[in-house]
Amino acid sequence: MRLFAQLFFTFFKIGAFTFGGGYAMLPLIQVEVIDTYGWLTLNEFLEIIAIAEMTPGPVAINTATFVGYRTAGFFGSVAATLGVVLPSFLIILLIARLFTGLTKSSWTKGVFTGVKPAVIGLIGLALWRLGSVTLTDYKTILLFLGALCLLIKGRLHPIPVLILAGLSGLLLA
Amino acid sequence: MSKTTNQANLPALFFSFFKVGAFTIGGGYAMLPVIQREVIETRHWLSTEEFVELIAIAEMTPGPVAVNTATFVGYRTAGIPGSVMATLGVVLPSFSLILAIAVFFPRFASHPVAQHLFYGIRPAVVALIGHALYKLGRKILVNKFGYAVAFTVFLAQLLLGVPPIPTLLLAAGAGLLYHQANHGDAQKHNNEQKHDPKDRR
Repeated sequence: MRLFAQLFFTFFKIGAFTFGGGYAMLPLIQVEVIDTYGWLTLNEFLEIIAIAEMTPGPVAINTATFVGYRTAGFFGSVAATLGVVLPSFLIILLIARLFTGLTKSSWTKGVFTGVKPAVIGLIGLALWRLGSVTLTDYKTILLFLGALCLLIKGRLHPIPVLILAGLSGLLLA
Repeated sequence: MSKTTNQANLPALFFSFFKVGAFTIGGGYAMLPVIQREVIETRHWLSTEEFVELIAIAEMTPGPVAVNTATFVGYRTAGIPGSVMATLGVVLPSFSLILAIAVFFPRFASHPVAQHLFYGIRPAVVALIGHALYKLGRKILVNKFGYAVAFTVFLAQLLLGVPPIPTLLLAAGAGLLYHQANHGDAQKHNNEQKHDPKDRR
């Protein structure tokens, strides 16, 4: 029961502080799920991101479902997924009910003037941490640079890039 | 604003957002075209204008954009039961798929072929994060204040180990001060607008 509560509240926290969605919440998941609770290793985390990219749905939900199942079975996955969805559900419900023109308020603009660049700093840190564990020899560095080139210069979709990288892994490993 | 907001029945909301959830690979803005087709063009639950406002709200609030949109559209078209059905619908596809993978994954991951695949995929995932950083950074870091906040946050975490949530709260405070200092006049104007009673329904 304690594990279910821990899963629920951890992912509630992640859901509540994930502005902008997508990669913005990776640093927070990393701190909570890997550093604090040790529910996943860094390598498993990278595998989940790859799986999340290849399957439909938001990364936050994919991670919650996966981690929940790994740590506490089916009901663990329900607790974690509910936890990650509930904050945005409640906040949007409140906004839909009470506010219009929230986006024009000077307070929200001020808050986001600070929060948005901070999120960039957080993503930079996630990149640094995952990179220092993953890019350990010239082959992995080459794979990283090749993938980055295809994404930025080639404007390729993440899925073909991941497939190409997987095939290169088969050849290089 | 509410002229185009049509009433919706619960099964239609559930299945529309189930479709959105099932065809949103990669997350984030990848699913906006799907939502647009389903919610605006096919069902007329929102106008394009409302949709743009909703994206702005989704950016300013925590949580995935798909979930935010589902909750909002569900509530606007069918009240709280609507928001529950739409949110369930958008979450269910990825939930069941990931559950299936998690159930069968342990065996799959220990297989040597899978390990070689992931040897190549892991650096590419790091590249995906690098790409996200590049794209978001170019859009968000538009002035010296932005760069200063981003680098301070990066260093504070790397060197001092400040946890993310206090970091974000401090950054919000800094942003408020910066915004006050630079747009003091705009605020008065906006406060007047905020009190302007607007009929939504």
